[in-house]
Amino acid sequence: MRASAMNDTLVTVEDVSKKFCRSLKRSLWYGLRDLGSEFAGRRRSHRERLRTDEFWAVRNVGFSLARGECVGLIGHNGSGKTTLLRMLNGLVQPDAGRIALRGRVGALIALGAGFNPVLSGRENIFVNAAVLGLGRAEVARRFDEIVEFSGLAEFIDAPVQHYSSGMYVRLGFSIAAHVEPDVLLVDEALAVGDLAFVIKCMNKVAELRRNGTGVIFVSHNELQMRAAANRCVVLDHGRMLGDVDVEAAFRLYAEARANRPFAMTPAIGFAHEGPLRLEALAADSTYPPTALAPLRLLLRGLAERDADGVSLELRIWNADGQVVTAIDSGGQGQLLDLAPGRFELEVDIDALSLAPGPYRIAGGFRRNGEVLGWVRDLAHIDVAAPPGMKVAAGVCVTPARIAIRHDGAAREASA
Amino acid sequence: MRAGNSEQEQWVEYTPEPLLQHPRALARALARDLWRGRELAWRLAVRDLSAQYRQTALGVLWAFVVPLANTLVWVFLGSSGVVATAAAPLPYPVYVFTGTMLWSIFVDAANSPLRLTTNAAPMLSKINFPREALIVSGMLQALFHGVSKLVVLLLAVPLLEVNPGTSLLLVPLGVLALVLAGTVVGLLVTPLGMLYGDVGKSFPLVTQFLMYLSPVVFVMPATPGWAATVLSSNPLTPLLVSTRSWLTGTGDAMPAYFAAVVLAALVVLVVGLTAYRVAMPILIERMRG
Repeated sequence: MRASAMNDTLVTVEDVSKKFCRSLKRSLWYGLRDLGSEFAGRRRSHRERLRTDEFWAVRNVGFSLARGECVGLIGHNGSGKTTLLRMLNGLVQPDAGRIALRGRVGALIALGAGFNPVLSGRENIFVNAAVLGLGRAEVARRFDEIVEFSGLAEFIDAPVQHYSSGMYVRLGFSIAAHVEPDVLLVDEALAVGDLAFVIKCMNKVAELRRNGTGVIFVSHNELQMRAAANRCVVLDHGRMLGDVDVEAAFRLYAEARANRPFAMTPAIGFAHEGPLRLEALAADSTYPPTALAPLRLLLRGLAERDADGVSLELRIWNADGQVVTAIDSGGQGQLLDLAPGRFELEVDIDALSLAPGPYRIAGGFRRNGEVLGWVRDLAHIDVAAPPGMKVAAGVCVTPARIAIRHDGAAREASA
Repeated sequence: MRAGNSEQEQWVEYTPEPLLQHPRALARALARDLWRGRELAWRLAVRDLSAQYRQTALGVLWAFVVPLANTLVWVFLGSSGVVATAAAPLPYPVYVFTGTMLWSIFVDAANSPLRLTTNAAPMLSKINFPREALIVSGMLQALFHGVSKLVVLLLAVPLLEVNPGTSLLLVPLGVLALVLAGTVVGLLVTPLGMLYGDVGKSFPLVTQFLMYLSPVVFVMPATPGWAATVLSSNPLTPLLVSTRSWLTGTGDAMPAYFAAVVLAALVVLVVGLTAYRVAMPILIERMRG
């Protein structure tokens, strides 16, 4: 439909910047001063420069969105995606640049915000829809559709405090999706919920796009992003690395990730001085590591005293700050007896199942749960892709053979 | 499909420019959002009120229980003669009872803007909606509570041995004025109060103090002096004195002063709503999501 208007621009973002403050007390004080200048109708003199403790959350970002398009925003945590979305939604003002939008803006953000727990699903539909800008008549017209989409018909008169978190999101999504916006902002909205509902939601977003809605999509889920977006804006530390097609965007994203120092990972790991110390990790001819290939790690360390029945543990972190996998000698029934003095350990990995990319290895010793020494940064490794294989998504590599069956006869698919 | 969207061809722009640099556009946007948010304000008021009484056996009757209990206490005090002052134009218990009841309507309205804005923080920080609806919703809720108190007051009037007559018809006007004045006071402190919790914490203290500067429990002194000056220059005085006089048929209403205060309050309401709107992006930026 509306084919003639398909190329209409819905959103333009021109050279937009936004800064934030790290310190809460200072942030409040700056807020007070900003209120003062805003009430005086003065342009804030410091808008273009940083005050103490401030940083650019978004810096010189520009792109546009046309009808029926879906632009993805990708970047690490803290790269500025959500801030950009909040500016697009008119929640916070940019500190520089200009944003212009046309038509009704809808947001699949904070689904179910404004739900009152003691009220029923039915009552909350009316409240929430009013918050999202639907009049009473419009809600009444779409009410059945909203309930049907959510699949919660039998619970619709129960108070939402008895809903599970998944049900909460389903109802929230159903309401927000039936607002029929011209511009739709989606922020990690589909991270919760069962797969069937997520697919239903993705289809709904696609349907809105066909009807001319422009979508700006934020997700950490690469598969969702590939399915939804036709273009991506890549952000890194608030700066724009590119506005390119999805394939190129994920390449840029991976490069940014590779160049990223591991110091940026959240400090979930810890260092612990104990009687057993790991000092160095080296690799032999199996280095550099390749996915699906064997890897031998050599650990050197020092034991200050006798330690019997200890377990060696190595944790492998990815650049997003997740533990992807762990090697635990105790977990596989192998406890080590260490004598005082220097020691060397060989760790043989038969086939590395990590997806290509950079990793950090942390490790140490435990005995019955007690930590006898732990190091956060044993090594940083960069895993290469296995020859002749492309890894589309995910954190690990799963080799599989695919067979086709015709009339009951199985033949191996030839590559 | 989208032809129904009236906002379709309208561009919205976000820039670092202070909103007050374009006062006409600001006024238009404010008026548009007040209009657009009227239904939302109603919904939010109904939501908050029904949620308030949902998990109770007595339900909405609770709106009447507290003022009713209050009334019974004062009727008892009045008939027992425990509290009596000769200076009042009315029996003193009736004076205090009507005064505190009217004062509570004002305080309720004054608390609303900051309370509702704070409660809506999770919504404000994630969804764009006509935020003025929160203020209007607060006024509606304060009016609801005001009217329920009024009903109790009116039922109590025969018991209080006063004879108001037709002036009773003016009482709703007084309640409306008190809600308006309360909202204005609350609205003006909301931007600062959203940044610093100190404002909300000190608010009960301030209203308590303000009560002693108003003719609520104290009778207006007949002789001039500093106390008389303070009481008569307090803009809440005409609202309280007039409403009480309409309610009891005793004492002099101050209609001209009353009208002047209401007009001034309406002007300040517009100023307050503008400040609220202008402050909102800055407040949201500093809000914990």
